[in-house]
Amino acid sequence: MESLTSPVAAATAEAPPAPDGPQAAARPRRSGPTVEVTGSPEANNREWVRWVRRVLALVVIVVGWQIGCSTGLIERHQMSSPATVVRTIWDMTRSGELPDAIGISLERAAKGFALGIVTGVVVAVIAGLWRAGEDLLDTPIQVLRTLPWLALIPLFIMWFGIGETPKILLIAIGVFFPIYLNVFAGIRNVDLRLVEAARTFGATRRQLIVDVVLPGAIPQFLVGLRLALSVSWLSLVIAETLNADSGIGYLMNRAREMLQTDVIVVCLVVYGALGLLFDVLVRLLERRSFRWRRGFTGN
Amino acid sequence: MATRLHRELADRTAGPDSLALQVRGLGRAFDGRSVLRGVDLDVRPGEFVALLGASGSGKTTLLRILGGLDIGFSGTIRVPTARSVVFQEPRLLPWKRVWKNVAFGLRDSDARAKARAALDEVGLRQHADVFPATLSGGESQRVALARALVRAPDLLLLDEPFASLDALTRIRMHALVAELWARHDPAVVLVTHDVDEAVLLADRAVVLIDGHLETEVDINLARPRHRGTPGFAAIRQLLLAHLGVDADHDSPPDPPGPPDPHQN
Repeated sequence: MESLTSPVAAATAEAPPAPDGPQAAARPRRSGPTVEVTGSPEANNREWVRWVRRVLALVVIVVGWQIGCSTGLIERHQMSSPATVVRTIWDMTRSGELPDAIGISLERAAKGFALGIVTGVVVAVIAGLWRAGEDLLDTPIQVLRTLPWLALIPLFIMWFGIGETPKILLIAIGVFFPIYLNVFAGIRNVDLRLVEAARTFGATRRQLIVDVVLPGAIPQFLVGLRLALSVSWLSLVIAETLNADSGIGYLMNRAREMLQTDVIVVCLVVYGALGLLFDVLVRLLERRSFRWRRGFTGN
Repeated sequence: MATRLHRELADRTAGPDSLALQVRGLGRAFDGRSVLRGVDLDVRPGEFVALLGASGSGKTTLLRILGGLDIGFSGTIRVPTARSVVFQEPRLLPWKRVWKNVAFGLRDSDARAKARAALDEVGLRQHADVFPATLSGGESQRVALARALVRAPDLLLLDEPFASLDALTRIRMHALVAELWARHDPAVVLVTHDVDEAVLLADRAVVLIDGHLETEVDINLARPRHRGTPGFAAIRQLLLAHLGVDADHDSPPDPPGPPDPHQN
């Protein structure tokens, strides 16, 4: 009935009494212009189309790159072609040069990353759970945070020389800040009502920390983890490019001196691929830790 | 019911030690603004008391004090050590499976069995192993109820536990609470602004206005009750009048249940 009534008809319908009673009759029913929308359920099933488009975009770029190189549009000493890159990867893998370098770089990144995460979490938990901890730790950390951590390189070289220690420490410090900030914020954002409820149900202090506060901070911790991952990768590249006698960064530096464009490109590809791999890993971890959030029922 | 009546008679003559709850001269102020003043309240063991009041009357503040969540009050309270709270929101830990939420904080070695038994009582046995996110609002609140009951409380504090549920679920929850109360026999303090809820469930309604206990109304109606129980409408109207609501204009147009002889 309502949808059939035009605005004009509604305005003239004031006079006849409506069945609802005298009050309803006194007020004209409002009715504006309408629009007809037809549902399209297939709109929900177009996810694969988007995937095809994404892959297509990548393929077009690689093909264009190859064509540019093959036709001489891109000069060889400036940029190697995809085909050359693949061949170089193969050669370097067979000689063992590339796997060795990747192994060494990954080891550095893992050590620095682990050190940064452990210290970041420990300090954030102390500062997050205890006021005294916050007062003593948070202020100096916030001051240090404003310092670009890569600017510490000269000092680190003076202190620790050019061995592994300054590289690992540089990565650890870069990782520390995003982890600390996020875990601290995560702890402080835990729903006070849950803490309160846990207290009334007789939770011990340990239970309060382990079962209520820390799980509540995990989503924020994972945000920190993803940030930390890109930071650690960045620190690794810088540390290895400045002074190293092994690792991917070293390969790249040597290639620059010997004008091997293809090796440089290979190293860039490796850096990119590994960075992507780690991001995927953190995402998987995120999905696993959030089973409770996604309403997984266990069957 | 016989034991309840028997105990009521015994309590009339007994001292304060036989009370489930004793409140004397309770006051609470936030930043100089007085929220509760001069509150006296006695609740006998096994008694169901409804604490009625409009928003801002201080009823939740009173309940938080009774639950041990607020110690910044003046005056004295005497409460059982075994007491538990059902909040307005379920407040379940989302990362713990349902039975673990129910068993949370229990020190017993058979906590798991107890939790399952409690879930059985609220009709959620089959949901014991899921995460709270999969539950509806009413189911979550039943888990919260199981979590409170599993502690075998002498005093059960209910802070508007049905307020955020839909009307149909609320009716079922009223019946469930009445049944669990009859079986476990704790003293209950139910904070609510719903007069019907108070008349349906409580032995006694206490009206809180501006932080002060204004009136007490005994609700001596037969159980189980419904909106058509003789005397229901009269008590409802009386309580509404105490709360300053003109019942003639605010009564629901079509009360459910059989027609009420007192209304006409």
